[in-house]
Amino acid sequence: MSVPLTLLGLLERGPSHGYDLKRDYDAHFGQGRPLRYSQVYATLSRLARDGKAVAGPVEQGAGPERRRYIITEDGVADVESWLSEPVPPDPDLQSELFAKVVLALMLGRPAGGYLDAQRAAHLRRMRELTGLKQRGNAIDALLADHAIYRLEADLRWIDHTAARLDQLARAVRS
Amino acid sequence: MTGAENKAGAGNKAGAGNVIEARGLSLSFGRTPALRGASLGVRRGEIVAVMGPSGSGKSTLLHCLAGILVPDEGEAWFDGQRLDSLSDDRRSALRRMRFGFVFQSGQLVPELTAEENVALPLLLSGSRRGPAMAAARRWFPALGLDGLERRRSGELSGGQAQRVALARGLVAEPEVLFADEPTGSLDSMSGELVMDLLTAAVRERGTTVVLVTHDARVAAYADREVVVRDGKVGTLTGSQP
Repeated sequence: MSVPLTLLGLLERGPSHGYDLKRDYDAHFGQGRPLRYSQVYATLSRLARDGKAVAGPVEQGAGPERRRYIITEDGVADVESWLSEPVPPDPDLQSELFAKVVLALMLGRPAGGYLDAQRAAHLRRMRELTGLKQRGNAIDALLADHAIYRLEADLRWIDHTAARLDQLARAVRS
Repeated sequence: MTGAENKAGAGNKAGAGNVIEARGLSLSFGRTPALRGASLGVRRGEIVAVMGPSGSGKSTLLHCLAGILVPDEGEAWFDGQRLDSLSDDRRSALRRMRFGFVFQSGQLVPELTAEENVALPLLLSGSRRGPAMAAARRWFPALGLDGLERRRSGELSGGQAQRVALARGLVAEPEVLFADEPTGSLDSMSGELVMDLLTAAVRERGTTVVLVTHDARVAAYADREVVVRDGKVGTLTGSQP
């Protein structure tokens, strides 16, 4: 999963401190593997260097120095492009697909359309694998079946999610 | 979803290259709408999977395309003929002569043997019994049904019965095969065999297939898929062949 793009997506909601971004990332996408602060600040620095975000002035307070980051138009375009691009249909996509759906719902972007694009990519891959099964030998068929059943599991998740988008959007935005 | 496909055109015949075309079909059962402006085009020789959640209207769409149901609104075309304005008799003749059907649970006639079931469309179209039975028997080896010709449906497994139903759907060499959840009552191995045989048979003959299924593994045998939701048809982004 792309940590920079996920942080950028979170930043699209509004200007945020690194601390808040880390907290939200861990809550929604960490899945028991929280980001290190050093990783968050290094990523934000790179995003600022690349023109995807800008760092606001240092805010002096009682605690450590803090600054807000603000997404740029280039950054918004990157988020949009990333969300709308189907994830390559391979067995390890679930975390990225999950992150895209949750972010799309948070940002009020067309999550249903993204899921449709993903469904089409999955079905296209299943069609290729079915063709391989029909043309190949028994070992090819066994390998293809393994991939087909895993893609089928993703497709069930996609259908299940698509049927509950309104409810999920309310939950993610609350 | 990227929008309805094949919106109604200005012409009065099916769109170029489409042997089947639905334009803005709407149909309600009582006060319950099943189709709400469904549009779809199918090219000759193409296998199209119609997917969608339960109750989305996908089977109703198939029945309208096959001339079994007449829509309340919209047009259903087959090979330059507008099905929804044909008389019952002419639609019935069209179904008998040019369409084949396979449904979820074979729906074989229990009093008839397997070979008589397969021969049924030919007999109903006026063929003599001898040639009809001979044509029916030719399908048994190709579908792995050798030796089962004289059995009745109660003596066949689900997979065997569905292959007999497939032979019945194809025996009259139809131009279009309408298949509604053809593997829905089968385990995965039997379902796969039915789909392997179905696609091999129709590709060899250039038969057009409209395949209703909720099963992605079955849809993966098709050239492309469309999704019916709330009585409307949409294409999936990038699903075109």
